[in-house]
Amino acid sequence: MEHGSLTDLSSSTFSLIDEDHTLANSVRFTLNQDPRVQFCGYSIPHPSDNKVNIRVQTTGDPAKDVLKDALQNLMLMCKHVRTTFDDTVNDFRATEKVEHIDINSDR
Amino acid sequence: MPKVSALDMPDVPKGKLPEHLEVQRTRVVCNADAPIYTEPFHYSGAFALMGVDNSVTLESFCKNLKIEVIELTEDTMEFDMIGIDASLANAFRRILIAEVPTMAIENVLMVNNTSVIPDEVLAHRLGLIPLNADPKLFEYLSEHDTPNERNTIVFKLAVSCKKGSPRLTVKSDQLKWLPGGSELEMESPTPSAKPRTYTSFSRSQDSMPEFANKPLGVKHQDIIIDKLGPGQAIELEAHAVKGIGKVHAKWSPVATAWYRMLPEVILLKEIKGVDAEKLVKKCPVNVFDIEDVGKGGKKAVVANPRACTLCRECIRGVNEPQVELRRAKDHFIS
Repeated sequence: MEHGSLTDLSSSTFSLIDEDHTLANSVRFTLNQDPRVQFCGYSIPHPSDNKVNIRVQTTGDPAKDVLKDALQNLMLMCKHVRTTFDDTVNDFRATEKVEHIDINSDR
Repeated sequence: MPKVSALDMPDVPKGKLPEHLEVQRTRVVCNADAPIYTEPFHYSGAFALMGVDNSVTLESFCKNLKIEVIELTEDTMEFDMIGIDASLANAFRRILIAEVPTMAIENVLMVNNTSVIPDEVLAHRLGLIPLNADPKLFEYLSEHDTPNERNTIVFKLAVSCKKGSPRLTVKSDQLKWLPGGSELEMESPTPSAKPRTYTSFSRSQDSMPEFANKPLGVKHQDIIIDKLGPGQAIELEAHAVKGIGKVHAKWSPVATAWYRMLPEVILLKEIKGVDAEKLVKKCPVNVFDIEDVGKGGKKAVVANPRACTLCRECIRGVNEPQVELRRAKDHFIS
């Protein structure tokens, strides 16, 4: 859900449901790296409700697009972390030559 | 004398941050009373006035990220992550604890429970038992789904302690896997030809190829579930489903997951002789060590900064600062 002004698309607050610090802090980090962003932050209105408010103010571009790009970046970063992690674990297992440990090899 | 900007002075590096600002950007300095420089400098334009770009592009992130595995066993794993920010590392930690799915017992159908432990407490204990089942092979069971062989695992526990025999301890190895589904029959309103059970398995689970080699069961055989006195018995059927730790901690796959930032211990000046020995003795985890310089002189060196637990013994009660304790903001270890 986006709360913004109809005339000024460059600043708005996005209210996400069923999210918490896990996503909000990571998205805030990737949003900050974007040079189009003037201000970004998140808040949790009440810890019992599962809601997060993310505020984005940009230097002209519509805030929705900037948020979409930031989320896309976050997804790609996590994908890269996952592939690096898988490669590192496979290399480690290959060098350690563990035969007696019963771990699923499809992990 | 013409005015020269501080940034154009000959000893300031161009294009990079001056050293003291670089320390503030990338390290947390732990003083005796509290840590400083803890705020991360995320904003891409933080140093724009100095001509330094603070943004982290996707390419530079991918190039700089390194992961090193220190230890990997069946039950534990320790690894280092270098070049990642605290927000992402914390997100991974939170996801590990709360959002990775596992299988755990959820519904317990009690037939007979004459033990001293009440039904609900016994059901709670059964839910906490870790199961040896790969959650990737199962689907989630929602409220309007029927329990079938793709989303439920059925266990049976039927133990009784005969009169005259000593007290019996019910351990988790007595939970038997029922690959054919539930054996308890539901009451039907009309006496129809075939009574329905509590699950509708279309085929037996051990005929499925995924379970052919590895039968499902509990992970540890020696978990004590209950204790029965003479004449007491338990007969129940337990259904295990897939879930995530956010809903109930029994579905959390990890005992715990944690990280800390890589410690850096810097000696601000050379410490020699008796002072060196005193410093080495102060540290409870042997971060410092003595190096023998020629002619019997001793110098203190930092041998093992990774072991530093931030007890601050080395900076407590000293008149002049000898040691600086720092943490790297982008290197996470265990």
